[in-house]
Amino acid sequence: MLKSRHLLGMADLDPEEIVLILDTAGAMTEIAARPIKKVPTLRGRTVVNLFFEPSTRTRTSFEVAEKRLSADTLSVAVAQSSVTKGETLLDTVRNLEAMAPDMIVMRHASAGAPHLLARLCRSVIINAGDGMHEHPTQALLDAFTIREHKGGLQGLKVAIVGDLLHSRVLRSNVQLLNKMGANVWACGPKTLMPPELPRFGVRPTTSIDEAVADADVVMMLRIQHERMHGHFIPSTREYFTLFGLTPERVARAKPDVVIMHPGPMNRGVEIDSDVADGPYSVILEQVANGVAVRMAVLYLLAGQEAVTD
Amino acid sequence: MPQVMDADRMARALTRIAHEIVERNRGTSDLALVGIRTRGVPLARRVAATLKEITHEDVPTGALDITLYRDDLMRHAVGPQPLVRRTEIPFSIDAKRILLVDDVLYTGRTIRSALDAVIDFGRPRSIQLIVLVDRGHRELPIKADYVGKNLPTSRRQSVQVRLQEIDGEDEVLLDDAPEEGA
Repeated sequence: MLKSRHLLGMADLDPEEIVLILDTAGAMTEIAARPIKKVPTLRGRTVVNLFFEPSTRTRTSFEVAEKRLSADTLSVAVAQSSVTKGETLLDTVRNLEAMAPDMIVMRHASAGAPHLLARLCRSVIINAGDGMHEHPTQALLDAFTIREHKGGLQGLKVAIVGDLLHSRVLRSNVQLLNKMGANVWACGPKTLMPPELPRFGVRPTTSIDEAVADADVVMMLRIQHERMHGHFIPSTREYFTLFGLTPERVARAKPDVVIMHPGPMNRGVEIDSDVADGPYSVILEQVANGVAVRMAVLYLLAGQEAVTD
Repeated sequence: MPQVMDADRMARALTRIAHEIVERNRGTSDLALVGIRTRGVPLARRVAATLKEITHEDVPTGALDITLYRDDLMRHAVGPQPLVRRTEIPFSIDAKRILLVDDVLYTGRTIRSALDAVIDFGRPRSIQLIVLVDRGHRELPIKADYVGKNLPTSRRQSVQVRLQEIDGEDEVLLDDAPEEGA
């Protein structure tokens, strides 16, 4: 079972809990292949998807997962909500809670926003990305995808390349991969390395060729233009020349390497189209696996709801 | 713990059930076996093997995990969720005569869940139920079509089916110790 009532970050999960989530997700994958893609498990449960940042993949993935488990879902798009009228985060959530949802899936531009709500609200909180901090379900679906291809995570060389500074995907993935015994290399330009990178337990490098050499897994990270309030890279063209994943660079990795990207991709910036659509790419599998992993998380956390008083 | 069925009697009961299946269904055409996890799965495979010996025909066999269909999920206040395992039904169940297999028939709630789960995979022509042990105390209007052994019990007792494939031994045990929450 999971020890925490919420899923706020990989920091809270131990290896046994990670394995439990991945095994449960494995059992959930079969539901997508059925004629009726639905099980009655969360019937009568209400899940609110509260997205304060734009998201297509993660929000739709959670919605599909909730619907496949028969939960009632409610998606609050911030552009249409009272937040634009000046309501605080806590007031927004307290008002939603007055309608007695069971779980809240939330994405917010500020690190720690879901942690704050977890302390103050009664609902189970699932972090769908908080600022540059964590994106736990992304790390779990990445781990699930790697495990499907490699059988496990222990001892694998995983290269994470790109905009390390702004990436919650990096922060969640590094924690998960370290807990599961993988060797993580983090590669990007010096300007896009977080100052605390030496404490992450990764091998930092500015050479993509070194990072990719003999790698079992290469994870590309998106250049996050929307978070760049400054000059981090001279130009996207130069970035592609120095850090873009090209077929020539893929050839340096292990022959059975898998190429991953959390999306949305900037083709021709961090990844060449020939690689993104090529034989080593598992990018669309990641999307499909995301639904199964989120079903597993929803199912496991549904057992942890507090007694309604 | 007293033994109420040994390996020989278990084998004979399953052989008899296989013959009854062939007789009642006039052969094995359109039949498919679906074992309910955990111990229904090896039992279904054994029935399939015996059917093959009798008729020289292969009967498709699948495995069903009913956890996501349980009626007691989410009813407890707080607690760990039961482990979900894989459902593997690698054939179409449309228009098939499904033989559902479980080790013990008790309240009938597992079978109720299994019926819901099977019907989510398609529209079978019929569903029949095979159980190794029927211990009574039904809480739902469900009965088995093929029974290895009718075993009168009290609710305080517990019935334990042990199988070679999982437990290393074939036997059925009846425990008299009062079981908590039974």
